[in-house]
Amino acid sequence: MTTGQLILNGIAAFLTLCIFSFLYKDNPFYKFAERLVAGVATGYWTILLYHTNFTDKVIEPIFINGQYHYIIPAVLGIMMWTRFSRKWSWISRYPIAFYIGIGSGVSITVYLYTYLFKQLQATISTPLTLDLAGLNVLIIVIAVLSALIYFFFSSAHKGIFNVASRFGIYVIMIGFGAGFGLTVMGRVALLVQRIIFLRDYIVALFGG
Amino acid sequence: MKVFLVLIVSCWLTDIWLFASEVPFDSVTVEPPSMAGEVLVRDKPNDTGGTLIIQWAISADDTAAGAGIDGYMVYRSKNVDGPYKLIRVLPSGSISFEDTGLDDGQAYYYRISSVKDQLESQIVAGGPAIPSGQWYHTKRTPILVLMILFCITAVVFIVKAKGGYTFYVRPIAGIDAVDEAIGRATEMGRPILYVPGLGTAADVATIAAFTILGRVARKVAEYNTRVICPNYDPVVMTVCQEVVKGAYSSVGKPDMYEPKDVFFITQDQFPYTAAVNGIILREKPATNFYMGMFYAESLVLAETGFIAGSIQIAGTDQLIQIPFFVCACDYVLMGEELYAASAYLSKEPQQLGTLKAQDWGKVVVVLLIIIGTVFSTVGWSWFSALFDIG
Repeated sequence: MTTGQLILNGIAAFLTLCIFSFLYKDNPFYKFAERLVAGVATGYWTILLYHTNFTDKVIEPIFINGQYHYIIPAVLGIMMWTRFSRKWSWISRYPIAFYIGIGSGVSITVYLYTYLFKQLQATISTPLTLDLAGLNVLIIVIAVLSALIYFFFSSAHKGIFNVASRFGIYVIMIGFGAGFGLTVMGRVALLVQRIIFLRDYIVALFGG
Repeated sequence: MKVFLVLIVSCWLTDIWLFASEVPFDSVTVEPPSMAGEVLVRDKPNDTGGTLIIQWAISADDTAAGAGIDGYMVYRSKNVDGPYKLIRVLPSGSISFEDTGLDDGQAYYYRISSVKDQLESQIVAGGPAIPSGQWYHTKRTPILVLMILFCITAVVFIVKAKGGYTFYVRPIAGIDAVDEAIGRATEMGRPILYVPGLGTAADVATIAAFTILGRVARKVAEYNTRVICPNYDPVVMTVCQEVVKGAYSSVGKPDMYEPKDVFFITQDQFPYTAAVNGIILREKPATNFYMGMFYAESLVLAETGFIAGSIQIAGTDQLIQIPFFVCACDYVLMGEELYAASAYLSKEPQQLGTLKAQDWGKVVVVLLIIIGTVFSTVGWSWFSALFDIG
């Protein structure tokens, strides 16, 4: 490891320990690291958005390429700046409404496709058979139906409906348990990676 | 350059250098492979443009009975006479290729050749074809039909709700806890933290979070408590400011609204998380609300809130994050419960009507699952194929 790398990794190791110190309690080292990372991230995103949005989507298309239809979103963006005026801040509601409307409209088809049609097809495309595979399909179908019943909001969960709903919540919890375990494994891997980084730095610093 | 590429591809695909070292050069008779069959070039249907599909009949040597080939070379030009540029080398067995990133309205010509042992077959020409985008995705007609049916149902129920009809919404523990949690904060004289997540203002979960924030802010204004709302997205911050301001005005206390309590931190996930953690530890809010879209920061935030002794109510439609909230929070609104909470709290006819329509949508889905499973079991696979919309 060169001296430059040693210094840079030393800063990274110090900041890692500052963040880890949060596990003990809030302290000046954590406050320093927290504000440093928030400040750096804000500065980084400001420059990144300037280059990937303002330059690419406003300056180049309108002033260089003559694609004047880009003026419409640019004006909507400028309207957001009216928030700085008490008198004119109401204008900023229009671009917000436009943004939310477009975003919601576009996402409807995507949601229906990914969360409904694909899931529905995957659930019903396998036939029930008199073997273990068939039993698997039966369990999946019953689990999906009962989980759906749990999410009925406009009728009281009573009688058989309540039984199905309760079974549904157990099914959901089993799914969550599996997801939890999987994600925790990923997080532990990240922790191990960070500890290895600190170990390698200490080894490089003191030799070994 | 072309010869060099052919050399690399053939070496890679056939380990020719090993073969050559074992067989004397003068004993091998090398002939070019059979050329590919007819080449068809067409615009990709149901896309946004810029893509052509090139299809060809397989080379006679690229079969079990044939001598075998190393792959196919695909060339492209804007003029029939060239120059043609090699754009892709595909492995043997390939019969089609999607060429993307093209200019709409421009004609393109293609040439395909098969290659074996650095030798190219005769070239087969295809095209011209012109890429273009389509306004209507014909395979997604079922989505349109379902959307229209859903919209009609929703409008019917919204009209009913506006007419005074009261829809029943079953109790959800997390919703009932909202008022209790705000009351606790008032009694303790501590603020309420409302985290609207990492979603954009156009995400459904964030929109639901706005409605719940409106309810929380109204109660906060009534009780003269304080709500702190740190934001990840500047547009979400703007909407949150409007919502909180409106809530204070609606209870007749517009002067009590403090714009600095609804603020932007940074648009980077973990710096944002670190800053919110700091707020939780320093401000010691009595109640933390996590409503909206959350990712890996969910457990970090919820654990910190748990350490700080806050009552915590979370709601998200991110399935992977719900278990973490379940572990560390007092109440959790799972998935669609978040949207239901929004309707339940707002009591707006639009939201209640939509909730009712969603339940009818679920009834339809339950019926489709039962019918689809029965049909698949008796061998009528056409029914499940209806939902394969590509």
